[in-house]
Amino acid sequence: MQGVAAALAYRGRTASIGFAHGPFVRVDAETSGDRIAGSLVEEALALRKAIDTASGQIAELAAIAGGEAAQILEFQVALLEDEDLIEEILAAISEGDAADVAWRSTLDAQIADYNSAEDEYLKARSSDLADLRDRVMTILRGGGARALAIPSGAVVCADDLPPSRFLEIDWSGGGGLALLRGSPTSHVAMLARARGIPMVVQLGAVPELGATALLDGEGATLELDPNAEQLRLFERRRDIHRKSRASARAILRRPTALWRGERIRLLINIQHVDDLAHADAQYADGIGLMRTEFLLTGRGGLPDEEAQFAAYDAVLRWAGQRPVTIRTFDAGGDKPVPGFTIDGEANPFLGVRGLRLCLARPEIFTVQLRALARAAVRGNLKVMFPMVTSADELEAGRKLFADTVQRLQAEGIAAMLPELGIMVEVPAAALAVNSFKAAFFSIGSNDLAQYVLACDRSNGALAPLMDPLHPAVLELIARTAEHGRRAGISVSLCGDMASDSRCLPALLNCGLRELSVTTSALAQIKQTIDRLSSGGNLG
Amino acid sequence: MLDKADGQIFSGNVQLVHAVGMHARPAVKLTKLAKKFQAQISVRVEGAAEWINAKSVAKIMAMRAAHGSTIEIKASGSDAEAAVAALVKLIETDFPDEVS
Repeated sequence: MQGVAAALAYRGRTASIGFAHGPFVRVDAETSGDRIAGSLVEEALALRKAIDTASGQIAELAAIAGGEAAQILEFQVALLEDEDLIEEILAAISEGDAADVAWRSTLDAQIADYNSAEDEYLKARSSDLADLRDRVMTILRGGGARALAIPSGAVVCADDLPPSRFLEIDWSGGGGLALLRGSPTSHVAMLARARGIPMVVQLGAVPELGATALLDGEGATLELDPNAEQLRLFERRRDIHRKSRASARAILRRPTALWRGERIRLLINIQHVDDLAHADAQYADGIGLMRTEFLLTGRGGLPDEEAQFAAYDAVLRWAGQRPVTIRTFDAGGDKPVPGFTIDGEANPFLGVRGLRLCLARPEIFTVQLRALARAAVRGNLKVMFPMVTSADELEAGRKLFADTVQRLQAEGIAAMLPELGIMVEVPAAALAVNSFKAAFFSIGSNDLAQYVLACDRSNGALAPLMDPLHPAVLELIARTAEHGRRAGISVSLCGDMASDSRCLPALLNCGLRELSVTTSALAQIKQTIDRLSSGGNLG
Repeated sequence: MLDKADGQIFSGNVQLVHAVGMHARPAVKLTKLAKKFQAQISVRVEGAAEWINAKSVAKIMAMRAAHGSTIEIKASGSDAEAAVAALVKLIETDFPDEVS
C-alpha cells in the first residue's frame, strides 16, 4: 500500500472489479422548473404521450441490453402499462394537478412504500421506480431524449445512478463508474458487473472538479489527477488484472482449489438469496457469511420470525448439501438500527454492538434464534456470533439458543441447535482463542485490523495506515489458524482481505485453508491460488 | 367488485413457491398472463381483506405476498375458467420462462 500518494485518493467499496483510466466526468441529476399546467385534457394527453415516449425509450434500451438489464426494464414497462396506476394519476390531474406533479406524487408514494418494506429486495426495486419517475418527468418537462454527453472511456462520477442512465452511456470504449453513495447490490452494480465495467460505490465526498481519474475496482479506489507514481502503480495493478482475467474463468469451473496439495475451500459472502443470482455463485463451496442486518431496516424496524425464516430457508435450499454460515445480527458500530441499537454512544465501534447488543436485547435476539433453529433442520446450517470478547458471551448466547430450541420443540415445531461458532474480530478473542468452546471460527479481518491498528475503518485519512497485512494483524490470524489446526476446528476468514489476491499469499502462509470471498472475486481468488500453487507469484 | 359480473365466478387457490415471494419478475409474468384474458381477475393473499386486480403490476407488488403464502384467485367473464387455470399453473410451476 505504500507509495500511493494520499493527496486525491478516495476509498469506497467494490461493486464491480476492473480498472479505468480516463477523463473524470461528474453527472448530477439536474432539476428543471415545474411544468406550466394546461387544461385538464391537455394534461391528460401530455401524460399519455410522455408514457408512450418513455415506453419507447425503455424498449430500445432493453433491446440493446438483454439479460438481467432487460428484466429490470421489463418491470418498468409493465408499470407504464398498469392501467390502475395510470387511473390514479389521471384522477389527480382531473382534480387540477399538472401532469408532472400528478405523476411525481403517485410515483413518490410508490417509492416510499417500497422503501419502507422490510424486504431488501423490494427496497432495491425503489431505485428502478425512481429511475422511471425521473425519465417520465424529464419528458414532461421538455427534456426529451436528452443524451448524456460523456466522452468515451470516461470515469463517470455521480451521487447515485439509475439503471437506465447507465444503459444510455456508451461503454463500448471502456470507462468506469464511481458513486458517492450507491450499493454493491444495486441493479446498476449488477449491470456494471455484467458489462465488465469497473465500479466503486460509497466513496463519500469527492471534489466536483478533476481532469483525469484512475478507478481501481479491485482496490475500490478513485484517484484524481494522479501523479506519475500513482499512474505507474495503477498501470501495474491493471496489467496484472488483465492477464489474470482471461484464464480465471476457466479455472473457476474446476471442482476444487488446491494449494501445495491441500484443498482450499472457497466460500462466498452474501446478504440475500438474490445475491446467489450471480453467475459465479454456483462454483462456491458454500456460503461462509450470510449477513442478516439488512432484515432489521424495514418499517417498524424488526422482522418477524416468519420473514426471517423465509430469508434463511431460501438460502439453505439454494445451497443444498453445502454449508451455509449465517451471522446473527451485527448491528451497532457503523450500522445503527432505529429501535435496536443504542443512540448517542460516544464511541459506537467500541460500544454495545454485535453479540453484546443481542444479549442486551433478548426479546429481539430470540426471534432470530427461533427462525434460525427452525431453518437448521432444513439444510447444512451453521450460526456464528459477531463481536465476541469473552467465552462467557458465547455461552450466554448458546444457552439462549438452546432454550429457544427446547421451547420450539415443546411447541411441536421442528427445530435444532445448529453448529455454533464465533467471529474472531476483537483482538482479545484472537489472543485467547483457545478459551472459546466454538465449533468453528471465522476471522472478521476488517474489524480485527481496525481494532489492532487503532484505525477507524471509515476514516479515509487513515487509509495508508489501515493495512491488513500489518505483521500484528497477520500474527493474530496465524495464531487463530494454528489453534484451529491443533484443535481440529475449522477456521475461515470472511473479511475483505480474503477477496484481495494481494493478501492471499500471506493468508495461506498464516495457515488458513478456508476463505469466504465476495462472489465477483471468486474466479480471481481461485486462479491466484492455482498460480501460487504452481510456484508462480503475483507478478 | 364482482357483484355485477355476468356469469359464473371461478376461483382457485395456489401456494406461492417462488423463493423470494411475489417480486418484480413473477409480478410482471402474472400481470402479463392475466392481461391475455378478457375476464376480470382478482387475487389476494389468503385471508387478506382486499381483492387486488391481477392486471395491475403495481398492486401485485404492493400485495407483498411472501414465499409459502397461499394466493387466492377469482375471475368472472367469458374466459374466467381458463384464466384461473392458467394463473394457478403459472404460480404453482414457479413462473417458468415461456418459450417464445
